[in-house]
Amino acid sequence: MNQNLKWKAIFILIVVLICFYGLFGLPTFPTSWSQLVDNFSGRMQLGLDLRGGSHLVLQVQVQEAIGTHCDQTHDELIDQLHKQDITVGEVDRLSNTQILVKNVTPSQTGAFQSLVQDQFPDFSVGPAAGEQSGFLLTMKPTVVSDIEQRTMDQSLDTIRRRISGLGLKEPNVAPTGRGQDEILVELPGEGDPTRAKQVIQAGGQLKFQLVLDDNPYPSEAAALAAHSGVLPPDSQLLPGTSETGDQSGGQVWYLLNRAPIITGADLRDAEPGPNPQQPGFYEVHFSVSTAAAKRFGPFTGSNIGHRMAVVLDNQVQSAPVINGRIDDQGEIEGTFTQDSAKDLSLILNAGALPASIKYIEERTIGPSLGADSIREGVQASVASLIAVWIFLVVYYRLSGINAVVALLLNLIILIAFMAISGATLTLPGIAGVVLTIGMGVDSNVLVFERIREELRNGKANPSAVDIGFDKAFLTIIDTHITTLVSAAFLFLFGTGPVKGFAITLTIGLLANLFTSVYVSRVIFDWHLSRMTREAELSI
Amino acid sequence: MEFFHAPNFDWMGKAKYFATLSACLLIIGGVAAFMHGGLHYGIDFKGGAMVIVRFSSAPPISKIRSALDAAGLKNNEVTSSSDISNANSKNDVMIRVEQGGEGEDALNAAKATIVSALEKNFGTPSNSNPDFNSAVATDLANYLTRRDPLSLGTAAGDRYTQMAQALIDARDKDHGGIVADFSQLSNVSGVTPAVIDALKAGYSLNSFSITESQVVGPTVGAQLRRQAILATLYALAGMLIYVAFRFEWIYGAAAVIAVFHDVLITLGFFCLFYNKFEISLTVIAALLTLVGYSMNDTIVIFDRVRENLRLMRRDKLSVIINRSINQTLSRTILTSGLTFLTVFLLFVFGGQVLRSFSFAMVVGVVVGTYSSFGIAAPIVVIWNKWRGQGATVPVASSADKRAERRLAEARR
Repeated sequence: MNQNLKWKAIFILIVVLICFYGLFGLPTFPTSWSQLVDNFSGRMQLGLDLRGGSHLVLQVQVQEAIGTHCDQTHDELIDQLHKQDITVGEVDRLSNTQILVKNVTPSQTGAFQSLVQDQFPDFSVGPAAGEQSGFLLTMKPTVVSDIEQRTMDQSLDTIRRRISGLGLKEPNVAPTGRGQDEILVELPGEGDPTRAKQVIQAGGQLKFQLVLDDNPYPSEAAALAAHSGVLPPDSQLLPGTSETGDQSGGQVWYLLNRAPIITGADLRDAEPGPNPQQPGFYEVHFSVSTAAAKRFGPFTGSNIGHRMAVVLDNQVQSAPVINGRIDDQGEIEGTFTQDSAKDLSLILNAGALPASIKYIEERTIGPSLGADSIREGVQASVASLIAVWIFLVVYYRLSGINAVVALLLNLIILIAFMAISGATLTLPGIAGVVLTIGMGVDSNVLVFERIREELRNGKANPSAVDIGFDKAFLTIIDTHITTLVSAAFLFLFGTGPVKGFAITLTIGLLANLFTSVYVSRVIFDWHLSRMTREAELSI
Repeated sequence: MEFFHAPNFDWMGKAKYFATLSACLLIIGGVAAFMHGGLHYGIDFKGGAMVIVRFSSAPPISKIRSALDAAGLKNNEVTSSSDISNANSKNDVMIRVEQGGEGEDALNAAKATIVSALEKNFGTPSNSNPDFNSAVATDLANYLTRRDPLSLGTAAGDRYTQMAQALIDARDKDHGGIVADFSQLSNVSGVTPAVIDALKAGYSLNSFSITESQVVGPTVGAQLRRQAILATLYALAGMLIYVAFRFEWIYGAAAVIAVFHDVLITLGFFCLFYNKFEISLTVIAALLTLVGYSMNDTIVIFDRVRENLRLMRRDKLSVIINRSINQTLSRTILTSGLTFLTVFLLFVFGGQVLRSFSFAMVVGVVVGTYSSFGIAAPIVVIWNKWRGQGATVPVASSADKRAERRLAEARR
């Protein structure tokens, strides 16, 4: 064997070793067969369409978070104007990002503008079109995108914590990369995502608010009537279920102090426990942080005999009478089952979502279908590969073995690269593999047919091989680059599944260029170097 | 071994027959699509809710329909979705609800209604225990640990976790996801009659289990549709430009027209053989694969044409193309034969999930191979003939000119 050939062979060997290491050697170098199998199955990531599981895409309503910020600014602005004695007409929240202030007293416009600039830096202020001495406050675009980003980050974080609390295996929570406001949740092996969906979607906004009127009202109208049409300042009417215990489930309305005493953010820990009053039912025990306890203790101490409402997502859960000072412990009563109490504590521990979410896509493949499709898919692929190999060997004899080696190596590189890069094999990915195998066979056939042609034209073995590879190479490059160009476009512009196809195809074709041109050539050269000039090439 | 020894067919002389054959195939496809009521988008691209349910015995389709009607799901569709190669799927039923134009929330609610209607009608009403056929391993492990049928005491958690997984695996892998009687699980390793009794006491067995479900909101559907179409068109344009750059623009155009021809015929075959054919993401993946394959095949022939244009400078283009096709014939037969074999085996044994993909490929490999010599090559010949008559310019490709220059340089 000449030196050049030897180095080429060593290079190929190194590539093969790297592939095997990538497939079987990570994360810990295997010392037993079972470890080896574990490594391999851990490395090969199958998509949910092949192994079963739930794929959810949810949309975070980021506009809500922007609107909330605008609401808060609106309220604060009225407050500040009041404090600084600036007289204005109406203050309207026009949209999620705009507040219109009408009729600012002409002598105070300077004071008004400096107030907005100093106290509300998130907004830019300018004269409102069509309003004399009116001003339009617009949320700055940087602030809007900041809120959007923060809302997405927080939502991702919260959903991750909630999902991990569910104890599912290998969940994946990530931005979809499709729309700015979309999050992908993948739950492998989960045949019924109903519970997970509920846990993810729950708002989780917990507030403790003082009840102003001890007795709840049967309707909103009744509450208004009791206060002669105008609710007291800084109060809020919220619905809840009747606590008289009748099964009618009648809705009642509580008049609450708007400002919460503590919120979900002040909780240190929440956990489910049996309800001592109602056997068979559960409640959620919680403890609050030290800082919040300093507020909570004095507050409950001075409001003994009043009711305090536990409000979850703007729904009064319960409104117990405060019987004594509570420092840092409490419970949320209610008729929870063990599971719903567990889920609520999980949601409270994970924190509230900054905006509500909406499910826009759900795909679930049951574990049995996943198992069926893996088994059948693998069986069929192996059977077809073996059939192709047998044919190649029958048709091209010894050279056929060369093609078999090249195809096998192509597959090994493809799978190893996917394993090392952490790419997931999905159904469209298999489509990419099938096309790769097809083009791999084609490359070998192109080369062999060319060599045969040259031999028929009376060329000697080495030059036939040489010319055959050279001529076929042009064709192979053209077909591969055309397909790679299309794969690049599919990758750039396609979504999930189409992308998966493009990725496996690209890796497969690059591997194929290496195996069917380089490796196959080395094998031919090695074979030629061992045979006499006159001997017939087995092709 | 060799199939063809120096074949010498006049392919371009048969261009008329090829055109007739293609026209027939396209018309058959068009008629099939028409009979089919046009091409439909699947849930992926349109939005909707779909549930595939596996029953433990022959599915009562009319009863399911009336149960859904009673639950207020008017726009429903219930069809059998069994697959030949998968014995487990013989009692599968697909239920679909289309909520035209309505939002995601309505679809999510519709899916929940389907499930609850099934539970109400085919569940086990007298028994409030959870359903074993939809149980997950963690819950089952918790239940077994609590109940401790093997009397292992407190340290038995691991053992029951393993057993729960084994039971769930047996359900999913050996019994196709649905168990009709707990005694079917008695041969799972480690399972004793006491365990079976514990299962009987704590679980019920619904006569159905949900194997697959999909809810796609209409906006997402439209977005996916737009992106899939755009990506495909860009990919085709990219190939056209590359081939035009490497050969001549007419070669690129001919290759892309041939690919369109293949896609249309394949879609026609889908309409012909599938009584409910819909364009889904899987079908798109299959069409992309077939586009790649057909393009590959066409380029191999064009490449040979380019080479022969240099060698046979006195011959007519149709003669050169004939010769190129003949020279590559052996390769064409071999490659497409082997690829056909691969996708045919996938079609027969590859299972339900791969079925529509491999169907498209079985048709696509044949049509894609045919279109290279039957469509793409004649287009190039006809174009050049037409151009030659119009402007009496001798046929010379840009590749040919390049070769000429190179030859001239070599002579110097």
